[in-house]
Amino acid sequence: MRHVRWMVVMLMVLSVAACAKKQTPIARPMPPPAPPGTTTPGSRPPAPPEPVAEPTVVPPEPVRDDAISSASLDDLNRNSPLKPVFFEYDSSDLTPEAQRALDDNAGTLKKYSTWAVTIEGHCDERGTAEYNLALGERRSVAARAYLVSLGVSADRLRTVSYGKEFPFDPGHDEAAFRKNRRAHFVVTAK
Amino acid sequence: MMKWIFPVAILAAVVASTHAQQPPPQPANPQRQQPTEVETTITSESGAAPRLAVPEFIAVTKDTESVAIAKTISQVLFDDLTFEREFALIPRDVYATIPRATSFADVPFDRWRELNADGLAIGTVEKTGNGVKVEMRLFNVRTRQMAYGREYSGSAANPRLYAHQISDELHKTQRGLTGVARTKLVFDSDRDGERMGGTIENRGVKEIYIADYDGENQRRVTVSKTLNINPAWSPDARSIAYTSYRRGGGQIFVSHIYQALLDELTKGEKVGENWLPAWSPDGTRLCFTSTRDGNSELYVMNRDGSNVRRLTRHPGIDISPTWSPSGTQIAFVSDRGGDPHIYLMDADGVGTPQRLTSEYSDRPTWSPAPYNEIAYAARTGPGNDIKVVDLASRQVRQLTFGEGTNESPTWSANGRHLAFMSTRAGKSQIFTIARDGKNLRQLTRTGNNQQPNWSK
Repeated sequence: MRHVRWMVVMLMVLSVAACAKKQTPIARPMPPPAPPGTTTPGSRPPAPPEPVAEPTVVPPEPVRDDAISSASLDDLNRNSPLKPVFFEYDSSDLTPEAQRALDDNAGTLKKYSTWAVTIEGHCDERGTAEYNLALGERRSVAARAYLVSLGVSADRLRTVSYGKEFPFDPGHDEAAFRKNRRAHFVVTAK
Repeated sequence: MMKWIFPVAILAAVVASTHAQQPPPQPANPQRQQPTEVETTITSESGAAPRLAVPEFIAVTKDTESVAIAKTISQVLFDDLTFEREFALIPRDVYATIPRATSFADVPFDRWRELNADGLAIGTVEKTGNGVKVEMRLFNVRTRQMAYGREYSGSAANPRLYAHQISDELHKTQRGLTGVARTKLVFDSDRDGERMGGTIENRGVKEIYIADYDGENQRRVTVSKTLNINPAWSPDARSIAYTSYRRGGGQIFVSHIYQALLDELTKGEKVGENWLPAWSPDGTRLCFTSTRDGNSELYVMNRDGSNVRRLTRHPGIDISPTWSPSGTQIAFVSDRGGDPHIYLMDADGVGTPQRLTSEYSDRPTWSPAPYNEIAYAARTGPGNDIKVVDLASRQVRQLTFGEGTNESPTWSANGRHLAFMSTRAGKSQIFTIARDGKNLRQLTRTGNNQQPNWSK
């Protein structure tokens, strides 16, 4: 664990940029007021510390596709040869159809043996946001386990759960739900 | 009940500076203080809630800023007092029939008595060299005596703060109630419409925002342009723990929002994701969900990320922890019984968790004392509704009824209110509701706003 500090220089740049743009989305929280003064002037409570800066931003990790052209990775993912895997409601079981998609994906991953892949788990909107994090994780893990059972190296397959945060179809009907219950493959390196 | 009071109080001069490198402004010096009044309590003749009027505060200095501050403070004070329902507020629209006081000396008590007012909360606003001085008095309309008075001085930057502090102190001294007017909500939102980089799908980011309890002063906290969810206030309301995907998968961060410091608590965890941090009541530890051992389990760590201990060991999903107010128990969600249900266990993880709910339920949140209840989201149809189970009687009551889906309840610090997310108005928005299901209020209107957490 470590503390990450904004440099003062960065702050000044931000402030100037904020002024120039007039409308800054960067808000600085205000601390609550101090409790009322005590009965003797000498024992005045200390002033709350000033909010000194926008308190975030860990510098992003180096983009994983540094070594290769990002455009080609984008193209690859835009017309992905890796098929999404769909799930039943509130389930992470692999249907026969899901297994067929994964069989094909295993073939593709064996053919392109240098690819690294992130398997994203997604859910429809009916479960709660919290539970769906775990359900999405189960879906991505189920897909990965099946691929590993077919001989794809586990260390090429990373999983992440997005719960119901990123629906592929924004609709609220069963057709949309069906598209949103999935394990989705993203090639992150080749 | 009588006691001597010192009617001078200081509201620290707090300025939300847009130039953070400036030195902090000096707080105003305390006024000279003299014990001048005897404090009494306003009651109604019938024993019902005292009837209170809050006419517009008197601008002693006549400039437009003073007049605007006086108007704001009286309006916000009226709303703050209405929120807790400890006083019966006489509607503002009838105040126009009563002559306006120009000072505390010419308050027309006989006219307020005609409206059956028991108490009158009125104040003055005076511009000072470096800010504003606000004097508030609560009068007993029958005796025409001042029951209570306070004076505040400080910055004029946020007049609402004066009203919130006045409200909290009035509730405490007059009704023995811990008010929540100075508490804040934190939630995630996609309102700024920014897109996440690095994906070919057009995915919107979610950032963490805070707001006053009444939805005012909404401010963005994070700027990491990724998915940020599950925010939770530390018990001292100075830090926010949340889940951020800035490293790829979900990891737990703590933002110390007044210090410009960010802790990465689950840094170095190469395997699995970490979600849903929940502060222990004493603020020293966090319980959270992690998949580091291959399955969603609950863990506890110190607030600096050290000393991680695993609490649950079950092949089912274990997620969404919440601490009991004493810190000795944890409620959480598990699907070990089939559907997700709420379970209780000792905070050290020893023993077998006991099942609490028998319906599809998620996101428990344990009420503060004196109540001993758990609010949760229950599957009631196509969506969820907010329900509350009393832990002593195990009786369940329902607060929402199928309007949209309703999720992620969180209690106010005094246990009299809940905030939650609902889609009843279209997109996902933050609402508050009283513990009896009354007084529904919508706090957010822009974008999707989710997973609220209410500060202590």
